[in-house]
Amino acid sequence: MIEFWVVLTGLLVGITCGIAGVFLILRKMSMIADAISHTVLFGIVMAFIITQTLNGFWMLVGAAIAGILTAYLVQLLHSSGIQEDAAIGVVFTSLFAAGVLLITLFAGNVHLDVEHVLMGEIAFVPWDRWTLFAVTMPKAVWMLLLVLLINIAFLLLFFKEMKLATFDPVYAASIGIPVVFLHYGFMTSISFTTVAAFDSVGAILVVAMLIGPSATAYLFSKTIKQMFIFSMLFGAAASIVGYYLAKYWDTSIAGMMAATVGLLFVVTLCSQKIIEHRRKTLVSKLENM
Amino acid sequence: MNALTVENLSVAYDKKTVLDNANVTVPIGRLSAIIGPNGAGKSTFLKAILNQLPNKVGKVEILGEIFEPKNLVVGYVPQRNAVDWDFPTNALDIVLMGRYGHTGLFKRPSKQDKLLAQQALASVGMQDFAERSIGQLSGGQQQRVFLARALAQNADVYFLDEPFAGVDAATEKTIIDILKNLKAQGKSIFVVHHDLQTVKEYFDYTILLNKTILASGATEEVFTPQQLQKTYGGRLFMMQGM
Repeated sequence: MIEFWVVLTGLLVGITCGIAGVFLILRKMSMIADAISHTVLFGIVMAFIITQTLNGFWMLVGAAIAGILTAYLVQLLHSSGIQEDAAIGVVFTSLFAAGVLLITLFAGNVHLDVEHVLMGEIAFVPWDRWTLFAVTMPKAVWMLLLVLLINIAFLLLFFKEMKLATFDPVYAASIGIPVVFLHYGFMTSISFTTVAAFDSVGAILVVAMLIGPSATAYLFSKTIKQMFIFSMLFGAAASIVGYYLAKYWDTSIAGMMAATVGLLFVVTLCSQKIIEHRRKTLVSKLENM
Repeated sequence: MNALTVENLSVAYDKKTVLDNANVTVPIGRLSAIIGPNGAGKSTFLKAILNQLPNKVGKVEILGEIFEPKNLVVGYVPQRNAVDWDFPTNALDIVLMGRYGHTGLFKRPSKQDKLLAQQALASVGMQDFAERSIGQLSGGQQQRVFLARALAQNADVYFLDEPFAGVDAATEKTIIDILKNLKAQGKSIFVVHHDLQTVKEYFDYTILLNKTILASGATEEVFTPQQLQKTYGGRLFMMQGM
């Protein structure tokens, strides 16, 4: 049963991040995701300091505010003439440092330590349970399910608007698509995803799970729907394969999952290049006949 | 009523003025060229009209009303290189985007929307490429898809940003025929244009722009060596014999 919860958590992380990552790749915002995955720590600590509990709901609220704040500050610095990557670098390190300082100052005695936030420990997930509607499941599973539902709802409601605002934001705005609202809505959903994945894979590896599966799917997908399906499949596959490899070699589960994501990407990229090369040689052979 | 009225329009980026106190009035039903040297602020002028720049001051009226994007009276065709053509979707899907404003939030495009998109794609001669990934289209084909998207929107006023840049001769012919046809239907079209050789042939109205509107009016009145000299300064040396 314990193994079941761990595998399920990994699976949910893979699927939730796989879904959230698609528009990150298409909007070329991978670095913003990296920034948010760190700055949500600031939001979580603030939520803890204000409410004095580690309640999942307040954690989500704090993370959402921190995520939006990050996106807003980056935008603000960028539009005042600073390069976007420099803006991201400044904002996320400052907010992350503030988060670390606040933890050590005000939250030293609670279960909120820097190492846990950064690395996560999926093996401990089954012991921290919540009962809701007479169902008892690990807290991480509840959080991931909730965030998965929120992400799916956001996409179902705004799929065509997100597609247009991503492909051609100026045209989108010219026909009244609320591009700014969509941007911050999407940033909120990325913040939620990051918090939900905290417990299991940690803030750093969540970036791998957000970007890797979608980047792999992007290599060969012809439509966004295809990209969603393959991204989810890659995320889920990487979680399960990563878990069992980690068990076999007795190593870090989250680390193994992220390594599997990277491996999937490299294998897909290489096989794509080989197929392309074969097609080219075939074409030149046919032309020479 | 005028298609476009611009009063005291100014735009500055980082305290650098790109557009300074532009004033212009264009009647309905004209096919207008917006011409001026590189960096004259032509794209900025379009974006300011479309209310895309928060840092603009001045008044813009389209068809006698302050422009509201949700009214959908304006069809905008951005520069082709303004978007990433590796985006995973096909040509028809891009054209269908022209219907999103009509479809409304939360709803999927209807069969009617899809039909209109297919018709728009056919009108630019691209019906056989509906299912083709946009990344596999040539530059000219991509430009046609962009025009088809604006056509699918069924707007009254069209703004095109350099639609002839880097396209083949056949595409240029197709596009100008469509624009002339739109004009015949009483629509108003504004085109940022670079090729001075074709201005007289294509456009019945001309707006000369360099940081501000220097002249505007019927092409035969405005498109004169003196006015062009004023717009392009010393850079205009191949204009003899036009």
